[in-house]
Amino acid sequence: MTNDTITQKLEQLATNAPHGLLDEVLDAVGILADEFTLVDGPTGPAYVSWSRAGVTAYVPQAIVASPEDFAAQHPRPADYVEAPPRRLAGHLDRALETGMLGKLAVDLDALGEFQRKVLEKCAEIPPGEIRPYGWIAREIGNPGAVRAVGTALGSNPIPVLIPCHRVVRSDGMIGKYAWGSAMKRELLRGEGLDPNIIEETARRGIRVVGTETTGIYCYPTCRHAKRSFSRYRVDFRSAADAEDSGYRACKVCRPAA
Amino acid sequence: MTTTVTDINWRLADDTDAAFSDLVRSLQDGIFSGALQLTRNRHDAEDVTQETFVRVYRALTGYDQQRIRNLELRTWTWTIALNLCRNRARTRSRRPEVSGVDLDRPVTNSDPGLIAADAADLEIWRGRLSRVSAPQRTAVVLHHVVGLPHVEIAEITGRTESTTRSDLRRGLAALRKIIEEESS
Repeated sequence: MTNDTITQKLEQLATNAPHGLLDEVLDAVGILADEFTLVDGPTGPAYVSWSRAGVTAYVPQAIVASPEDFAAQHPRPADYVEAPPRRLAGHLDRALETGMLGKLAVDLDALGEFQRKVLEKCAEIPPGEIRPYGWIAREIGNPGAVRAVGTALGSNPIPVLIPCHRVVRSDGMIGKYAWGSAMKRELLRGEGLDPNIIEETARRGIRVVGTETTGIYCYPTCRHAKRSFSRYRVDFRSAADAEDSGYRACKVCRPAA
Repeated sequence: MTTTVTDINWRLADDTDAAFSDLVRSLQDGIFSGALQLTRNRHDAEDVTQETFVRVYRALTGYDQQRIRNLELRTWTWTIALNLCRNRARTRSRRPEVSGVDLDRPVTNSDPGLIAADAADLEIWRGRLSRVSAPQRTAVVLHHVVGLPHVEIAEITGRTESTTRSDLRRGLAALRKIIEEESS
Protein backbone atom coordinates (compact mmCIF):
# COMPACT_ATOMS: atom_id res chain seq x y z
CA MET A 1 0.00 0.00 0.00
CA THR A 2 1.40 3.43 -0.93
CA ASN A 3 1.42 6.39 1.45
CA ASP A 4 -1.31 8.00 -0.65
CA THR A 5 -3.58 4.97 -0.30
CA ILE A 6 -2.94 4.90 3.43
CA THR A 7 -3.79 8.58 3.94
CA GLN A 8 -6.84 8.15 1.75
CA LYS A 9 -7.99 5.22 3.91
CA LEU A 10 -7.31 7.22 7.06
CA GLU A 11 -9.45 10.08 5.77
CA GLN A 12 -12.31 7.64 5.29
CA LEU A 13 -12.22 6.83 9.01
CA ALA A 14 -13.77 10.23 9.70
CA THR A 15 -17.33 9.68 10.86
CA ASN A 16 -20.26 11.44 12.49
CA ALA A 17 -20.68 11.78 16.21
CA PRO A 18 -23.58 9.64 17.47
CA HIS A 19 -27.01 11.13 17.07
CA GLY A 20 -28.08 12.25 20.53
CA LEU A 21 -24.61 13.05 21.83
CA LEU A 22 -25.37 16.78 21.71
CA ASP A 23 -28.48 16.27 23.87
CA GLU A 24 -26.48 14.15 26.32
CA VAL A 25 -23.94 16.95 26.67
CA LEU A 26 -26.53 19.71 27.01
CA ASP A 27 -28.41 17.64 29.58
CA ALA A 28 -25.21 16.92 31.53
CA VAL A 29 -24.41 20.62 31.84
CA GLY A 30 -28.04 21.52 32.54
CA ILE A 31 -28.91 23.58 29.45
CA LEU A 32 -30.87 21.11 27.35
CA ALA A 33 -33.92 22.95 26.00
CA ASP A 34 -37.39 21.72 26.90
CA GLU A 35 -39.82 20.97 24.09
CA PHE A 36 -43.43 22.05 24.13
CA THR A 37 -46.59 21.61 22.12
CA LEU A 38 -50.27 22.51 22.14
CA VAL A 39 -52.73 20.02 23.64
CA ASP A 40 -56.46 19.97 24.36
CA GLY A 41 -57.02 20.28 28.09
CA PRO A 42 -60.02 20.72 30.39
CA THR A 43 -59.78 24.52 30.04
CA GLY A 44 -59.30 24.37 26.27
CA PRO A 45 -56.02 24.44 24.31
CA ALA A 46 -52.93 24.60 26.48
CA TYR A 47 -49.16 24.49 26.09
CA VAL A 48 -47.39 21.55 27.71
CA SER A 49 -43.60 21.40 27.96
CA TRP A 50 -41.31 18.56 28.95
CA SER A 51 -37.67 17.76 29.61
CA ARG A 52 -36.09 14.34 29.26
CA ALA A 53 -37.29 13.55 32.78
CA GLY A 54 -40.95 14.52 32.38
CA VAL A 55 -43.52 17.31 32.04
CA THR A 56 -42.21 20.69 33.19
CA ALA A 57 -45.08 23.14 32.59
CA TYR A 58 -48.74 23.58 31.63
CA VAL A 59 -50.19 26.91 30.55
CA PRO A 60 -53.62 27.44 28.92
CA GLN A 61 -53.55 29.32 25.65
CA ALA A 62 -55.98 31.74 27.27
CA ILE A 63 -53.08 32.84 29.50
CA VAL A 64 -50.19 32.65 27.03
CA ALA A 65 -51.35 33.03 23.43
CA SER A 66 -48.44 32.22 21.12
CA PRO A 67 -45.59 29.70 21.18
CA GLU A 68 -43.20 32.67 21.22
CA ASP A 69 -44.88 34.00 24.36
CA PHE A 70 -44.71 30.59 25.97
CA ALA A 71 -40.99 30.22 25.21
CA ALA A 72 -40.35 33.74 26.51
CA GLN A 73 -42.00 33.11 29.89
CA HIS A 74 -40.67 29.55 30.31
CA PRO A 75 -37.82 29.41 32.87
CA ARG A 76 -35.62 27.34 30.51
CA PRO A 77 -35.00 27.40 26.77
CA ALA A 78 -37.93 25.74 25.00
CA ASP A 79 -38.49 24.61 21.41
CA TYR A 80 -41.95 24.25 19.88
CA VAL A 81 -42.67 20.83 18.34
CA GLU A 82 -45.74 19.47 16.54
CA ALA A 83 -46.40 16.59 18.95
CA PRO A 84 -45.04 15.09 22.16
CA PRO A 85 -42.61 12.15 21.84
CA ARG A 86 -44.16 8.70 21.82
CA ARG A 87 -42.88 7.87 25.33
CA LEU A 88 -45.00 10.77 26.63
CA ALA A 89 -47.97 11.10 24.26
CA GLY A 90 -50.13 8.23 25.54
CA HIS A 91 -49.59 8.99 29.22
CA LEU A 92 -50.27 12.69 28.62
CA ASP A 93 -53.54 12.04 26.79
CA ARG A 94 -54.64 9.70 29.54
CA ALA A 95 -53.71 12.13 32.31
CA LEU A 96 -55.72 14.91 30.65
CA GLU A 97 -58.64 12.55 30.15
CA THR A 98 -58.73 10.99 33.63
CA GLY A 99 -57.55 13.93 35.74
CA MET A 100 -54.84 11.77 37.36
CA LEU A 101 -51.14 11.76 36.51
CA GLY A 102 -51.06 7.96 36.27
CA LYS A 103 -47.86 6.99 34.51
CA LEU A 104 -47.15 10.50 33.25
CA ALA A 105 -43.71 11.55 34.57
CA VAL A 106 -43.32 15.10 35.85
CA ASP A 107 -39.99 16.88 36.22
CA LEU A 108 -39.96 18.92 39.44
CA ASP A 109 -36.16 18.95 39.76
CA ALA A 110 -35.95 22.71 39.38
CA LEU A 111 -38.09 23.22 42.51
CA GLY A 112 -37.19 23.20 46.17
CA GLU A 113 -37.76 20.11 48.30
CA PHE A 114 -40.74 21.55 50.18
CA GLN A 115 -42.59 22.59 47.04
CA ARG A 116 -41.84 19.25 45.43
CA LYS A 117 -43.36 17.42 48.41
CA VAL A 118 -46.43 19.65 48.34
CA LEU A 119 -46.98 19.08 44.62
CA GLU A 120 -46.43 15.34 44.84
CA LYS A 121 -48.99 15.14 47.64
CA CYS A 122 -51.41 17.32 45.70
CA ALA A 123 -51.13 14.96 42.73
CA GLU A 124 -52.68 12.23 44.92
CA ILE A 125 -56.02 14.04 45.16
CA PRO A 126 -58.43 12.30 42.77
CA PRO A 127 -60.66 14.21 40.35
CA GLY A 128 -64.00 15.31 41.78
CA GLU A 129 -62.57 15.62 45.29
CA ILE A 130 -61.10 18.56 47.21
CA ARG A 131 -58.84 18.90 50.25
CA PRO A 132 -57.99 21.91 52.41
CA TYR A 133 -54.47 23.44 52.37
CA GLY A 134 -54.05 22.20 55.94
CA TRP A 135 -54.52 18.61 54.75
CA ILE A 136 -51.41 18.80 52.55
CA ALA A 137 -49.42 20.50 55.33
CA ARG A 138 -50.39 17.70 57.71
CA GLU A 139 -49.82 14.91 55.22
CA ILE A 140 -46.26 16.03 54.40
CA GLY A 141 -45.46 16.17 58.11
CA ASN A 142 -45.45 19.95 58.40
CA PRO A 143 -48.85 20.77 59.94
CA GLY A 144 -47.93 24.38 60.74
CA ALA A 145 -46.95 25.24 57.17
CA VAL A 146 -50.46 25.94 55.84
CA ARG A 147 -49.57 29.32 54.32
CA ALA A 148 -46.38 27.92 52.81
CA VAL A 149 -48.45 25.18 51.19
CA GLY A 150 -50.65 27.88 49.66
CA THR A 151 -47.59 29.65 48.27
CA ALA A 152 -46.12 26.40 46.94
CA LEU A 153 -49.36 25.58 45.13
CA GLY A 154 -49.69 29.16 43.88
CA SER A 155 -46.46 28.74 41.91
CA ASN A 156 -47.24 25.22 40.70
CA PRO A 157 -45.56 25.04 37.27
CA ILE A 158 -47.88 22.23 36.08
CA PRO A 159 -51.42 23.25 37.09
CA VAL A 160 -54.33 21.10 35.89
CA LEU A 161 -52.03 18.03 35.57
CA ILE A 162 -50.92 18.57 39.17
CA PRO A 163 -54.39 19.48 40.39
CA CYS A 164 -53.82 22.43 42.72
CA HIS A 165 -57.38 23.49 41.82
CA ARG A 166 -58.49 20.62 44.10
CA VAL A 167 -57.01 22.33 47.16
CA VAL A 168 -59.27 24.82 48.92
CA ARG A 169 -59.25 27.10 51.94
CA SER A 170 -59.44 25.51 55.36
CA ASP A 171 -62.82 27.22 55.97
CA GLY A 172 -64.17 25.31 52.97
CA MET A 173 -64.32 28.26 50.57
CA ILE A 174 -62.89 27.63 47.07
CA GLY A 175 -60.27 30.36 47.40
CA LYS A 176 -57.74 31.81 45.02
CA TYR A 177 -56.13 30.39 41.90
CA ALA A 178 -53.07 31.53 39.95
CA TRP A 179 -55.24 32.03 36.84
CA GLY A 180 -58.21 33.48 38.74
CA SER A 181 -60.85 31.78 40.90
CA ALA A 182 -63.26 31.60 37.93
CA MET A 183 -60.99 29.08 36.23
CA LYS A 184 -60.63 27.12 39.48
CA ARG A 185 -64.41 26.87 39.70
CA GLU A 186 -64.67 25.89 36.05
CA LEU A 187 -62.13 23.09 36.54
CA LEU A 188 -64.01 21.75 39.57
CA ARG A 189 -67.35 21.91 37.69
CA GLY A 190 -65.66 19.94 34.91
CA GLU A 191 -65.04 17.19 37.45
CA GLY A 192 -68.68 17.05 38.56
CA LEU A 193 -68.40 19.28 41.63
CA ASP A 194 -70.63 22.31 42.24
CA PRO A 195 -68.53 25.11 43.76
CA ASN A 196 -71.68 26.87 44.97
CA ILE A 197 -72.87 23.83 46.90
CA ILE A 198 -69.36 23.34 48.31
CA GLU A 199 -69.30 26.91 49.59
CA GLU A 200 -72.89 26.68 50.86
CA THR A 201 -71.92 23.57 52.86
CA ALA A 202 -68.89 25.45 54.18
CA ARG A 203 -71.00 28.46 55.19
CA ARG A 204 -73.26 26.17 57.18
CA GLY A 205 -70.14 25.24 59.16
CA ILE A 206 -69.91 21.68 57.86
CA ARG A 207 -66.28 20.46 57.58
CA VAL A 208 -66.61 16.69 57.66
CA VAL A 209 -69.49 14.26 57.24
CA GLY A 210 -70.05 10.93 58.93
CA THR A 211 -71.94 7.83 57.82
CA GLU A 212 -74.12 6.37 60.57
CA THR A 213 -74.00 2.82 59.27
CA THR A 214 -70.18 2.64 59.24
CA GLY A 215 -69.21 5.10 61.95
CA ILE A 216 -66.66 6.67 59.61
CA TYR A 217 -66.29 10.38 58.84
CA CYS A 218 -64.83 11.89 55.65
CA TYR A 219 -64.27 15.15 53.85
CA PRO A 220 -67.60 15.94 52.15
CA THR A 221 -66.20 15.27 48.64
CA CYS A 222 -64.45 12.00 49.52
CA ARG A 223 -65.69 9.24 47.19
CA HIS A 224 -66.70 7.21 50.26
CA ALA A 225 -68.80 10.04 51.69
CA LYS A 226 -70.43 10.70 48.33
CA ARG A 227 -71.35 7.05 48.03
CA SER A 228 -73.30 6.86 51.28
CA PHE A 229 -77.04 7.57 51.28
CA SER A 230 -78.00 11.02 52.51
CA ARG A 231 -80.40 9.65 55.13
CA TYR A 232 -77.42 8.06 56.93
CA ARG A 233 -75.30 11.20 56.66
CA VAL A 234 -74.33 13.16 59.78
CA ASP A 235 -72.75 16.61 59.46
CA PHE A 236 -69.95 17.71 61.80
CA ARG A 237 -68.35 21.11 62.39
CA SER A 238 -64.91 19.56 62.89
CA ALA A 239 -63.01 16.29 62.98
CA ALA A 240 -62.89 16.61 66.77
CA ASP A 241 -66.70 16.78 66.89
CA ALA A 242 -66.92 13.60 64.85
CA GLU A 243 -64.40 11.84 67.09
CA ASP A 244 -66.36 12.95 70.18
CA SER A 245 -69.47 11.34 68.67
CA GLY A 246 -67.58 8.06 68.33
CA TYR A 247 -66.75 8.26 64.61
CA ARG A 248 -63.35 7.35 63.22
CA ALA A 249 -61.51 9.07 60.37
CA CYS A 250 -61.72 7.66 56.85
CA LYS A 251 -58.46 5.99 55.86
CA VAL A 252 -58.77 7.16 52.26
CA CYS A 253 -59.31 10.92 52.62
CA ARG A 254 -57.67 11.09 56.07
CA PRO A 255 -59.58 14.12 57.45
CA ALA A 256 -57.63 14.12 60.75
CA ALA A 257 -54.09 13.61 61.97
CA MET B 1 -14.63 28.86 8.21
CA THR B 2 -12.49 31.57 9.79
CA THR B 3 -15.46 33.93 9.97
CA THR B 4 -17.65 31.21 11.51
CA VAL B 5 -15.09 30.42 14.17
CA THR B 6 -14.62 34.06 15.10
CA ASP B 7 -18.38 34.53 15.06
CA ILE B 8 -18.90 31.66 17.48
CA ASN B 9 -16.24 33.10 19.81
CA TRP B 10 -18.21 36.33 20.03
CA ARG B 11 -21.50 34.55 20.49
CA LEU B 12 -20.04 32.32 23.22
CA ALA B 13 -18.64 35.36 25.00
CA ASP B 14 -21.99 37.10 24.71
CA ASP B 15 -24.24 34.19 25.79
CA THR B 16 -22.44 30.91 26.50
CA ASP B 17 -25.62 28.87 26.97
CA ALA B 18 -27.17 30.03 23.69
CA ALA B 19 -24.07 29.46 21.53
CA PHE B 20 -22.74 26.32 23.20
CA SER B 21 -24.78 23.82 21.17
CA ASP B 22 -23.39 25.35 17.94
CA LEU B 23 -19.87 24.87 19.29
CA VAL B 24 -20.62 21.20 20.04
CA ARG B 25 -22.17 20.75 16.58
CA SER B 26 -19.16 22.22 14.84
CA LEU B 27 -16.58 20.11 16.70
CA GLN B 28 -18.27 16.86 17.73
CA ASP B 29 -17.67 14.87 14.51
CA GLY B 30 -13.95 15.61 14.54
CA ILE B 31 -13.49 14.87 18.22
CA PHE B 32 -15.48 11.66 17.98
CA SER B 33 -13.68 10.46 14.82
CA GLY B 34 -10.31 11.08 16.45
CA ALA B 35 -11.33 9.54 19.77
CA LEU B 36 -12.49 6.40 17.93
CA GLN B 37 -8.87 5.81 16.92
CA LEU B 38 -7.23 7.12 20.09
CA THR B 39 -9.30 5.10 22.56
CA ARG B 40 -9.98 1.39 22.52
CA ASN B 41 -13.58 1.27 21.39
CA ARG B 42 -16.69 3.18 20.46
CA HIS B 43 -17.97 3.23 24.01
CA ASP B 44 -14.82 5.01 25.24
CA ALA B 45 -14.91 7.37 22.27
CA GLU B 46 -18.48 8.42 23.10
CA ASP B 47 -17.57 8.91 26.76
CA VAL B 48 -14.51 10.96 25.91
CA THR B 49 -16.38 13.15 23.41
CA GLN B 50 -19.17 13.82 25.89
CA GLU B 51 -16.81 14.50 28.79
CA THR B 52 -14.73 16.83 26.63
CA PHE B 53 -17.69 19.10 25.95
CA VAL B 54 -18.87 19.01 29.56
CA ARG B 55 -15.40 20.24 30.60
CA VAL B 56 -15.38 22.83 27.83
CA TYR B 57 -18.72 24.18 29.04
CA ARG B 58 -17.65 24.31 32.69
CA ALA B 59 -14.43 26.09 31.76
CA LEU B 60 -16.24 28.60 29.54
CA THR B 61 -18.67 29.56 32.31
CA GLY B 62 -15.64 30.52 34.44
CA TYR B 63 -13.92 32.64 31.79
CA ASP B 64 -14.49 36.35 31.20
CA GLN B 65 -15.69 37.59 27.81
CA GLN B 66 -12.28 38.81 26.63
CA ARG B 67 -10.72 35.42 27.28
CA ILE B 68 -13.48 33.56 25.42
CA ARG B 69 -13.18 35.89 22.40
CA ASN B 70 -9.46 35.14 22.17
CA LEU B 71 -9.71 31.36 22.56
CA GLU B 72 -8.57 29.09 19.74
CA LEU B 73 -11.65 26.99 20.32
CA ARG B 74 -10.79 23.91 18.26
CA THR B 75 -7.20 23.68 19.52
CA TRP B 76 -8.26 24.23 23.09
CA THR B 77 -11.09 21.67 22.89
CA TRP B 78 -8.71 19.14 21.36
CA THR B 79 -6.18 19.67 24.15
CA ILE B 80 -8.89 18.64 26.61
CA ALA B 81 -10.03 15.72 24.41
CA LEU B 82 -6.51 14.39 23.90
CA ASN B 83 -5.86 14.41 27.64
CA LEU B 84 -9.04 12.45 28.22
CA CYS B 85 -8.09 9.93 25.51
CA ARG B 86 -4.70 9.41 27.17
CA ASN B 87 -6.20 9.07 30.66
CA ARG B 88 -8.73 6.62 29.30
CA ALA B 89 -6.00 4.51 27.71
CA ARG B 90 -4.02 4.51 30.98
CA THR B 91 -6.85 3.56 33.33
CA ARG B 92 -8.10 0.94 30.90
CA SER B 93 -4.74 -0.79 30.56
CA ARG B 94 -4.59 -1.25 34.33
CA ARG B 95 -8.00 -2.86 34.34
CA PRO B 96 -8.99 -6.18 32.89
CA GLU B 97 -10.88 -6.10 29.63
CA VAL B 98 -14.67 -6.04 29.90
CA SER B 99 -15.91 -9.28 28.44
CA GLY B 100 -19.25 -10.27 27.05
CA VAL B 101 -20.17 -6.73 26.05
CA ASP B 102 -19.82 -5.45 22.54
CA LEU B 103 -18.09 -2.18 23.31
CA ASP B 104 -18.12 -1.19 19.67
CA ARG B 105 -21.89 -1.12 19.59
CA PRO B 106 -23.27 2.40 19.75
CA VAL B 107 -24.22 3.41 23.28
CA THR B 108 -26.57 6.20 22.30
CA ASN B 109 -29.20 5.87 19.62
CA SER B 110 -27.31 6.48 16.47
CA ASP B 111 -28.63 6.71 12.98
CA PRO B 112 -26.76 4.04 11.03
CA GLY B 113 -27.21 6.03 7.84
CA LEU B 114 -25.09 8.82 9.24
CA ILE B 115 -22.04 6.68 9.86
CA ALA B 116 -19.65 7.02 6.97
CA ALA B 117 -16.87 4.77 8.19
CA ASP B 118 -17.40 1.03 8.30
CA ALA B 119 -17.22 -0.47 11.80
CA ALA B 120 -14.97 -3.30 10.67
CA ASP B 121 -12.63 -0.79 9.00
CA LEU B 122 -12.49 1.29 12.17
CA GLU B 123 -11.54 -1.78 14.13
CA ILE B 124 -8.80 -2.85 11.69
CA TRP B 125 -7.20 0.58 11.60
CA ARG B 126 -7.44 0.97 15.35
CA GLY B 127 -5.49 -2.27 15.64
CA ARG B 128 -2.83 -1.04 13.23
CA LEU B 129 -2.58 2.39 14.84
CA SER B 130 -2.25 0.87 18.31
CA ARG B 131 1.08 -0.62 17.17
CA VAL B 132 2.46 2.82 16.24
CA SER B 133 4.15 4.88 18.99
CA ALA B 134 1.81 7.23 20.84
CA PRO B 135 3.17 10.58 19.52
CA GLN B 136 3.15 9.27 15.95
CA ARG B 137 -0.32 7.78 16.31
CA THR B 138 -1.68 11.05 17.73
CA ALA B 139 -0.15 13.07 14.89
CA VAL B 140 -1.42 10.70 12.21
CA VAL B 141 -4.96 10.59 13.61
CA LEU B 142 -5.23 14.34 14.20
CA HIS B 143 -3.87 15.16 10.75
CA HIS B 144 -5.25 12.46 8.47
CA VAL B 145 -8.48 11.40 10.21
CA VAL B 146 -9.53 14.67 11.87
CA GLY B 147 -7.94 16.97 9.31
CA LEU B 148 -6.08 19.34 11.62
CA PRO B 149 -3.13 21.35 10.23
CA HIS B 150 0.41 20.73 11.52
CA VAL B 151 0.60 23.95 13.46
CA GLU B 152 -2.56 23.12 15.39
CA ILE B 153 -1.39 19.58 16.19
CA ALA B 154 1.89 21.00 17.47
CA GLU B 155 -0.10 23.34 19.73
CA ILE B 156 -2.31 20.50 21.01
CA THR B 157 0.49 18.00 21.68
CA GLY B 158 2.98 20.58 22.96
CA ARG B 159 5.59 19.53 20.43
CA THR B 160 7.28 21.70 17.81
CA GLU B 161 5.92 21.90 14.30
CA SER B 162 9.00 20.17 12.84
CA THR B 163 8.70 17.31 15.35
CA THR B 164 5.05 17.01 14.39
CA ARG B 165 6.03 16.71 10.71
CA SER B 166 8.54 13.99 11.46
CA ASP B 167 6.01 12.22 13.74
CA LEU B 168 3.64 12.17 10.80
CA ARG B 169 6.24 10.91 8.34
CA ARG B 170 7.41 8.17 10.67
CA GLY B 171 3.90 7.29 11.67
CA LEU B 172 2.90 6.70 8.05
CA ALA B 173 6.06 4.68 7.40
CA ALA B 174 5.34 2.54 10.45
CA LEU B 175 1.76 1.96 9.25
CA ARG B 176 2.95 0.94 5.83
CA LYS B 177 5.33 -1.57 7.37
CA ILE B 178 2.54 -2.98 9.58
CA ILE B 179 0.28 -3.40 6.56
CA GLU B 180 3.05 -5.05 4.54
CA GLU B 181 3.65 -7.50 7.38
CA GLU B 182 -0.06 -8.36 7.40
CA SER B 183 0.00 -9.51 3.79
CA SER B 184 3.28 -11.43 4.00
